[in-house]
Amino acid sequence: MIRWTKRPAAGLAAGLAGLALIAAVGIAAPLVWGEDAGRLTGAAREGMSAAHLLGTDALGRDVLARTLVATRLTLALTLLATLIAGTLGIGLGTAVWVSGPRIREIGLRLIDVMVSYPAVILALVVAAVLGAGGGAAVVAIGVAWSPSFARLTANLAASVAGRDHVATARLMGVPPLRILTRHLLPNIAEPLLVLLSVCFAGTLTALSGLSFIGLGVQPPSYDWGALLDTGLDAVYTNPGEALGPALAITLTGVLAGFVGDGLAASADPRRARAARRAAAPEPAPRAPAPGVPADALLVVDDLRVALPDGVELVAGVSFAVRRGEIVGVVGESGSGKSLTAMAVAKLLPEQVHATAAALRLADLDLTAPAAPARLATEIGVVYQDPATSFNPGLRMGGQITEALRRHRRVGRADARRRAVRALTSVRVTSPEHRLAQHPHELSGGLRQRAMIASAVLTEPRLLIADEPTTALDVTVQAEVLALLREINERDGTAMLFISHDIGVIAALCHRVLVMYAGRIVEELAVGDLRRGRTRHPYTRALLAATPRLTGPAGEPPATVPGRPPEPGARPAGCAFAARCPRVLPHCADEAPPQVPSDGGGWAACHALRPEPAESAR
Amino acid sequence: MIGLAGASAQGDAPARKRRSASRPWLSFLLRRLAGFAAVLATLVVVTFGMVQLIPGDPAQALAGVNATDQQVGLLRSELGLDRPLAARFGSYVTGLLHGDLGTSFQTREPVADVIAARMPFTAELALLAIVVVLAVAVPLGMAVAVATRGGRRRRLDAAFTFCTGLVGATPEYVLGTLLVLVFAIKLGALPAAGAGSVPALVLPVVAVALPTTCVLARIVRREAAVVFGQDYMRVARGRRLPALTLYTRHALPNLLTGTLTMGGLMLAGLLGGTVIVESVFAWPGMGTRVVEAILNRDYPVIQGTVLVLGILATLLNTLVDVLLGLLDPRTLTGRSPS
Ligand code: SF4
Repeated sequence: MIRWTKRPAAGLAAGLAGLALIAAVGIAAPLVWGEDAGRLTGAAREGMSAAHLLGTDALGRDVLARTLVATRLTLALTLLATLIAGTLGIGLGTAVWVSGPRIREIGLRLIDVMVSYPAVILALVVAAVLGAGGGAAVVAIGVAWSPSFARLTANLAASVAGRDHVATARLMGVPPLRILTRHLLPNIAEPLLVLLSVCFAGTLTALSGLSFIGLGVQPPSYDWGALLDTGLDAVYTNPGEALGPALAITLTGVLAGFVGDGLAASADPRRARAARRAAAPEPAPRAPAPGVPADALLVVDDLRVALPDGVELVAGVSFAVRRGEIVGVVGESGSGKSLTAMAVAKLLPEQVHATAAALRLADLDLTAPAAPARLATEIGVVYQDPATSFNPGLRMGGQITEALRRHRRVGRADARRRAVRALTSVRVTSPEHRLAQHPHELSGGLRQRAMIASAVLTEPRLLIADEPTTALDVTVQAEVLALLREINERDGTAMLFISHDIGVIAALCHRVLVMYAGRIVEELAVGDLRRGRTRHPYTRALLAATPRLTGPAGEPPATVPGRPPEPGARPAGCAFAARCPRVLPHCADEAPPQVPSDGGGWAACHALRPEPAESAR
Repeated sequence: MIGLAGASAQGDAPARKRRSASRPWLSFLLRRLAGFAAVLATLVVVTFGMVQLIPGDPAQALAGVNATDQQVGLLRSELGLDRPLAARFGSYVTGLLHGDLGTSFQTREPVADVIAARMPFTAELALLAIVVVLAVAVPLGMAVAVATRGGRRRRLDAAFTFCTGLVGATPEYVLGTLLVLVFAIKLGALPAAGAGSVPALVLPVVAVALPTTCVLARIVRREAAVVFGQDYMRVARGRRLPALTLYTRHALPNLLTGTLTMGGLMLAGLLGGTVIVESVFAWPGMGTRVVEAILNRDYPVIQGTVLVLGILATLLNTLVDVLLGLLDPRTLTGRSPS
């Protein structure tokens, strides 16, 4: 439904108030101005003046009075037509729904066909049968609009009928008609109300239209449409004669539209819920840069990603990825791991912005605007959901080779050859054929392998994989992991691998970063992780929640009890304090120090001491 | 079906490609033909039934209250009302199959000639309006969606919503009247009525096209906002394409799919607007003619016009479905014929 205003409630109120006013005019006008509207004066077809605000018609009658008086007939006919449309349509829709499956199928088809026809043509048919006249026009418009109600009723009834309590009632042998009145109609009342108000606007314009072309209300009666018709004839002498009814029709239609949209918006459960955020906290102290290794390919120093209101989603993250290394980033959803990856790829959503003391891929400075060609070819990205990451409207080939062709200026045939080679290397069967297919013709596993092929086609320096296995089933997950490892070993491509699944991380990566609430809380070599030599309480909780570390990925996801704090409500100290089993009194207030561990990593925790006194479980 | 064809793909590639590419279109075509036949049959039954449904004795009703019994009897036999229903229907259908739509009661012209003379004007108006609607609504909706994405430029957003809402709710014939008032009478810039010259086309086309343009532009804008948020758009952004490529190649086809699915029926609906707007501009199309026929109870003309208008509407709906099929092959298998 169309939304008219930012605040649907205001629009709804304005619409209702306006319509009520017009209705009041409709009731009162014939009593108050009835005489003026009928009084013949000598002043025929006069222009707009103080005495006659909209001038006079061919017989010298006041146009404004006639327009006001016509309100009653117009509204009455419109209401009647809406009523006919609603009753007929709801009746038809429910009849189709209560009847057997065969008739239902045919009925639904028929309703679809009727809805797809311009209501005006249907109305012409009915008007032709009944002849010209107000009553005939009402029936014509009512009948012409009924298919819309029938379709809505049938569709809604079908969806409501699938719900448990209705199914139960059916099983218990409650007769269909009773189910209808007790269970169905109350549940579909709201959308029907919306359609009724839309229909009111529609019948108003259609009825006035029929009167306008001479098929509706016949003289001496008149509604707005009929007035507009005579007004158009006199348009050269007195424009007001057409203007009055034109504005009346438009205004009433717009107000009815307000009501419909307001109702639709208030019935819409997805209505915007303005989330109130806590005031932005002071930026946390800068994370000390770790010793940047000499062979670092990617350097991230004090990366922060913030919302426009200043709330930091990623609050100072520093790490490096060496050439040929696979670095895994693990954490719960909301830990900022994906934002970190997307900040590196310079693909953050528009609402957030990133700052960093340094963000560098080899010689490419990612804090400054970078050449699109370099970004597109030197960073490859594998996204989470292969089902939604390919454009459904384009063939696979065009999408896979797009970056290569645009930024490396590779010709079509050459790009195609390379794509076939890449697809073959990720073990996609009949690669030539795949290139001509659309995404929906491929399975999820195939699509993800095609995505990987696409990402490595430009031989990027860094491959960013953002939860690339999450949307896949277990066996396919294992294949994809093996594939990534193979690419890493064969081409030496460095990777930043994001996952919430510590088991997957342990199976693939060389080095692991554990993120919590926008910060890295522990960094460790994968050997330590596999042997369970973790130190930070959060990492341990994550591990404890994973049933079998080296087993196949995709065990039912166990979780760490509790939830991480909201980005705007993180404590000054350790963000894990509220959930930590080893929490100390000062944990929430003081930022924990980075405590180095044996394996070359570190953990940020007050409960750890620098000496490796902490035994590994 | 498609999935199976893909999964079981063996043998030489080109042949396979051809088969999997043509099959959905073939089934689409067959289904459309079946749907078309069904609609045609319905139209024939409805137009035939129109005369039969006239309350009371159709002959009496048509001849008027002052007619003598003899006149009524003559009319009855001319209409074939003295023959059984099935026989009448039979000869109606036979006539249609031979392109014989009957003879106008009023002017004694063959209805086929009447329609042949009138249809080009209606078709011209409706098709031009469709072109205008698509040519304006799509770029406008997209431009607004681009400019306001991520909740930016709230003023523009509000202005767009208000203006399109207002104009979109104005009936075509009211808009036509207002256009005549302003451009033909106050400014004298364009002709208020008649057909045959290019300037005379402007106001009718605008009157028919503008309200639908506004409604469609809003749909485009909403669909565009949805498409911009899709994963594949982020992926495409990741390929660092120029903005134009990004929006036309990656966003446009997909937002058109959604737009046409939701707003496709409005294109056939333009035909209804055309029929009424013709009266504003004294446009010599089928709309003004059918109104005349209804007022004179000239049933053969009404039947013929409704039949042709119905077929035109079906063609427009089919056109929308073909467009959808081109944009997104998945719709070829899913949509119910209409
Ligand atoms: S700093 Fe304190 S609260 Fe945080 S993980 Fe260590 S012990 Fe737990």
